[in-house]
Amino acid sequence: MAHDEVSGPESPASDSSAVETSRGTSTTTVVASDVENPGEPAHRQRVTDTDPKAAKTAQRSVYTLFYLSIAGSVFAIAAYMAFPIENDDVGSVRLNTLFIGIGVALALFGIGLGAVHWAKALMYDKEGIDIRHPVAGTPETRARAVEIFHEADQESGFGRRTLIRNSLIGALIAFPLPGIVLFRGLAPQSEDPAELLSHTMWKKGARLTLDPSGIPVKASDVTIGSVFHIIPEGLNEMPDRLEQKAKAAVLLMRLNPEDLNISPGRESWSYDGIVAYSKICTHVGCPVALYEQQTHHLLCPCHQSTFDVVNECQVIFGPAKRPLPQLPIEVDSEGYLVAQSDFNEPVGPSFWERS
Amino acid sequence: MPRTSRKAGRRHPLATVVLIAIGLVVTGGGYALLSSTTTATADTSATSQETIDEGQKLFAANCATCHGMSLEGTPDGPSLIGVGAAAVNFQVGTGRMPMAMQGPQAMQKPPQFTDEQTAALAAYVASISPGPAIPDPSLLQGDGDATNGGELFRINCAMCHNVHGAGGALTEGKFAPELTGVLPTHIYEAMLTGPQNMPVFNDDNLTPEDKRDIITYLKYLENNPSPGGVELGSLGPVAEGLFAWIFGLGAIIGLMVWLTAKSN
Repeated sequence: MAHDEVSGPESPASDSSAVETSRGTSTTTVVASDVENPGEPAHRQRVTDTDPKAAKTAQRSVYTLFYLSIAGSVFAIAAYMAFPIENDDVGSVRLNTLFIGIGVALALFGIGLGAVHWAKALMYDKEGIDIRHPVAGTPETRARAVEIFHEADQESGFGRRTLIRNSLIGALIAFPLPGIVLFRGLAPQSEDPAELLSHTMWKKGARLTLDPSGIPVKASDVTIGSVFHIIPEGLNEMPDRLEQKAKAAVLLMRLNPEDLNISPGRESWSYDGIVAYSKICTHVGCPVALYEQQTHHLLCPCHQSTFDVVNECQVIFGPAKRPLPQLPIEVDSEGYLVAQSDFNEPVGPSFWERS
Repeated sequence: MPRTSRKAGRRHPLATVVLIAIGLVVTGGGYALLSSTTTATADTSATSQETIDEGQKLFAANCATCHGMSLEGTPDGPSLIGVGAAAVNFQVGTGRMPMAMQGPQAMQKPPQFTDEQTAALAAYVASISPGPAIPDPSLLQGDGDATNGGELFRINCAMCHNVHGAGGALTEGKFAPELTGVLPTHIYEAMLTGPQNMPVFNDDNLTPEDKRDIITYLKYLENNPSPGGVELGSLGPVAEGLFAWIFGLGAIIGLMVWLTAKSN
């Protein structure tokens, strides 16, 4: 800036020469500007500075806002008493929240708006500059600080008694180790997580039962177009019910047997058009349960992966990579649907060890 | 002597005749009154041959083009064999049938037929292809167990119809409709018959009591305001997020402009 001011008066000459050099050799030449530094704009007075009436109005609005805040606080207390939360009436929660909220909002906004309006309209508004002191200390203080470090080293013997120092460093390194071991203990110890993810509760002869009642399902109950939400027999008695359900949930559907395209080796997995598929999406494990009984599409609500039940739940749209695993089923001597075995592949999303 | 005259009156030979006459008038009148009310209700629910004939005419004029003269179906519409009265009452009663045009799914619109005509159509279809009947009114009062209904709704229905019954999108332009404002009869019939792409939930899957509980839950949601305030269509994070972004951020930006602007 100072340079600009100096070169200001002789600007026409230097300007033209600069332009010439820029044409002749390079384009990096700094072109001196002949525009003068306009400096700070003149201080503009506010209406409240010039007009005492406006100042009075502003003062009135500020104290009105503060009084409104007081009224809001009192209103919130009154609303808490006037609109109590009644048992068996969810509507009362809504009224209670609404009116207490209005009161508290009025109380806080009143203070905030009033304070800001006060500062903006009425407080002293001349621009002032406070020069900040230099950050670095004087050379003497800095030299003294270094001296103190040396003295401390001498007095403690930290640099001299290396055995003590090194053993201390060793102790500091060792002390977080128990924490790491304790955290490791939070992970499964005796069980292999890959093994846990690879198997579900389903086993040979386990009955297919209704979610959530656990009533076994007969093949004759499942009419064409039906969809049954299925859990394995005995799931409700398991101590880790939810963990087991997260893997073993099954969707049971009955289609017209002619509609199903069954690949070799899976002929015996369904029963007269009744098919059972894992409900856990192979993308990230949402429950796939939006079944369209005319198109036979199964849609996952999370990321719109679509599976074609007619073609063994092949993916026809969306981010899922693998078809839903099929649960092989058969009918027992009493007519109930039972599993032939567990799923023949891990259910749900991919994991590191999954082959 | 009033005493003797009353005694004499009771013993009078004509007393028996008068008593019999009074008794006949009372029972006969009562019976006539009773039978007139029962026939009045029977006319709407029971299926007389007259209603079936009426239904046949309506069917031939309005439905047979697509569904075939004997309900066998055509390339334009599915067969109605085995659908029963409940499906007809749902499809026609909600205005989905007759369809205005072919599309991803039949749209709900003001019903084209009166209740009597719908009942006649249902009676006709049920007489030719028996199937699930129109549910008993005792299951439609919304007086079941809303807690059980809520659990069953979340397991069986919420993935398509939204946990609050606000409906949701399916594939290729199809959608699961909103359930608020739907008559209990139609909710029950939809579960029982599985209209269009909705799966069937027969009585072995959801018992009639389960269906009653689900209706109770839906009516509870409909009749009780949400404790969390304005529901914004109960669409969850999309509607709520949009509201927060536009109005919440808008208010913050507005306040910042005011804070930093110089007072005039």
